[in-house]
Amino acid sequence: MANTISAVPFQGTPEQEKQLRDKIAELKNEGGALMPVMQYAQEIYGYLPIEVQKIIAEGMDVPMEEVYGVATFYAQFNLNPKGKYKIQTCLGTACYVKGSGDLHARLEKELGIKSGECTPDLKFSLDGCRCIGACGLAPVIMINSDVYGRLVPDDIPGILAKYED
Amino acid sequence: MYRSTVIVCGGTGCTSSGSLKVIETLEKEIGEAGLAEEVKVIKSGCFGLCALGPIMVVYPEGAFYANMTPDHVKEVVQEHLLKGRIVKHLLYDETVAEEEIKSLDQTNFYQKQLRVALRNCGVIDPENINEYIAYDGYQALGKVLTEMTPEQVIKVIKDSGLRGRGGAGFPTGLKWSFAAANQADQKYVACNADEGDPGAFMDRSVLEGDPHVLIEAMAIAGYAIGANQGYVYVRAEYPIAVERLKIAIGQAREMGLLGKDILGSGFDFDMELRLGAGAFVCGEETALMTSIMGKRGEPRPRPPFPAVSGIFQKPTVLNNVETYANVPRIILNGAEWFNSMGTEKSKGTKVFALGGKINNTGLVEVPMGTTLREIIEEIGGGIPNGKKFKAAQTGGPSGGCIPASHLDIEIDYDNLLAIGSMMGSGGMIVMDEDNCMVDIAKFFLEFTVEESCGKCTPCRIGTKRLYEILDRITKGQGTMEDIPKMKELCHFIKENSLCGLGQTAPNPVLSTLQYFEDEYIAHIQEKRCPAGVCKDLLSFEIVPDLCKGCTLCSRKCPVGAISGTVKNPHVIDQDKCIKCGACIESCKFKAIIKK
Repeated sequence: MANTISAVPFQGTPEQEKQLRDKIAELKNEGGALMPVMQYAQEIYGYLPIEVQKIIAEGMDVPMEEVYGVATFYAQFNLNPKGKYKIQTCLGTACYVKGSGDLHARLEKELGIKSGECTPDLKFSLDGCRCIGACGLAPVIMINSDVYGRLVPDDIPGILAKYED
Repeated sequence: MYRSTVIVCGGTGCTSSGSLKVIETLEKEIGEAGLAEEVKVIKSGCFGLCALGPIMVVYPEGAFYANMTPDHVKEVVQEHLLKGRIVKHLLYDETVAEEEIKSLDQTNFYQKQLRVALRNCGVIDPENINEYIAYDGYQALGKVLTEMTPEQVIKVIKDSGLRGRGGAGFPTGLKWSFAAANQADQKYVACNADEGDPGAFMDRSVLEGDPHVLIEAMAIAGYAIGANQGYVYVRAEYPIAVERLKIAIGQAREMGLLGKDILGSGFDFDMELRLGAGAFVCGEETALMTSIMGKRGEPRPRPPFPAVSGIFQKPTVLNNVETYANVPRIILNGAEWFNSMGTEKSKGTKVFALGGKINNTGLVEVPMGTTLREIIEEIGGGIPNGKKFKAAQTGGPSGGCIPASHLDIEIDYDNLLAIGSMMGSGGMIVMDEDNCMVDIAKFFLEFTVEESCGKCTPCRIGTKRLYEILDRITKGQGTMEDIPKMKELCHFIKENSLCGLGQTAPNPVLSTLQYFEDEYIAHIQEKRCPAGVCKDLLSFEIVPDLCKGCTLCSRKCPVGAISGTVKNPHVIDQDKCIKCGACIESCKFKAIIKK
């Protein structure tokens, strides 16, 4: 999965930074707090740009290398912003054997982006994910928290049209 | 007292198919019908039959309504709840008999099941500790704290024959005894709820449907080994499970079932949640513990084993959710009760997540030793659309594909290993004749390449090279030398990798090579994909006799590869064709075939 440094300019606010620093102060002395802090930071900013990683490294008093190492190790942490509508195709085994690979390819085609990317207007981002646990509805895609199941590729344009606001 | 109770499934499967809307409508309609004092609505955990979701059961009749929509709900409220007439046409059809309705236990799906780990799922309200207690909840903890010594607890678990349900099947009692034997100022109990096998969701169902069972079992484990702190490492992708577990921990603390001096016994135990962040390797115990410590979840060599040096270098016991879910029952019913179920070396039951090309997708719990055929044909209801069974994949990316010739195998840890697969966490994906086994092997290898943490070379580079060979074969560029080359590479990866991920990563390749070598050879020698999956090996052709010359396909073709004139048979230019399949979908006369 592509996890490179983002080209989108960082737009964090002082309020967001204060929120993050307060959380760091609260958790700093607990064992193993780095990941919970990073998860919290991602909740605030939606992703973990280098600027946010620097705040965490400094606040937690750990080397930047360690923060970056953790950020790039786990699939859940994003170094790039996600779209307003986060599309995830389930590529778990149950969905894959029922054709979710074709759904994913169709989404790439309709959106004009590759898996892991975001449309230039920041509206849609597309990722493959591993099993959201709705195997009874396979194959499924998820847009933000809405699940669409038992799909065929031709259903995709109709679903995307619902988000054309 | 309520006259009727309506249980609606609030597990992830049914929530995804719209059960929250069903509950909303139900509560509104019940209110409008003036039945709020007489009918109680409960949002439960998973019933297991996810294919029929959203599911709703009305008691005392036990009427099992399937595929509910808000409109159906209105009908049930008006007819059943108000007038006492069961709405037969909305019931799960297997429960409808001539004059009466059959109970769920008599349907094919449930008849052969035996629910131990899942016993409360779909039965109680998971957000209400009193319902858990009413079903004997926390009695096992009470018994342990007031009547048993830690040694006695470990002995019962050992005697029961319980083995780890996370994959490898290590005896749970033995694991506990190692951690108990190590003296330390601090010990930990941990739970692996980072269900990473794509296609397995039993642990999530336990967390969503019966979260207190985990709390109770971890407290028992804490007492047995002398630990007073527990960690649950749970997937962040399971928001409902995380939420219910948080509620359950809060309720247990309020009632004094977690915290200081539990039940006046002097035993302290508390627990904390840690959210995983999407790394399959964190299912490996040393990697999971490293991740709980907030670091990159890389495994390390063993020894030292976690029982000696685990979380924060302290003795730690780590079990998975389903393993824990068995513990309170074993304490209450005794070791003999548990080891009377199952096979010689695998006791008790196992939960399987049945998915893929099967009619009854969902969760099933059966005694160890049930045959694959019983699970697929009887419980699972067979393969849809009249297709033929080809293979069942168990054990996820660490397991293998079981062909039709082994359908009568009795499933337990050892039998599955003997035929080149493994139990794993219990994912069971059924494949039919339309699935290409080379493509499936490639799918799993792509997964392991992505999830390999990169720490050791055999796994990091070996899986990548293996993937590249498979990719070549699916593109028609393989050679016959690739087959022995892959076998050799698989052997080296298995022998030399640091952790379970690498040691088992070649299994999907080895098992498909063992049972479906002919498919590999068809790809290599005939440049043909027998199942019609591998795009590069397909060709699309128009059957002249069937083509009416309607021109629809040539208009649909995105690359202009189809030519022909009106009312005359068309032709596909193979050099231009990108094999997207748009023409087949558009043809009304079934005149285009895929070879």
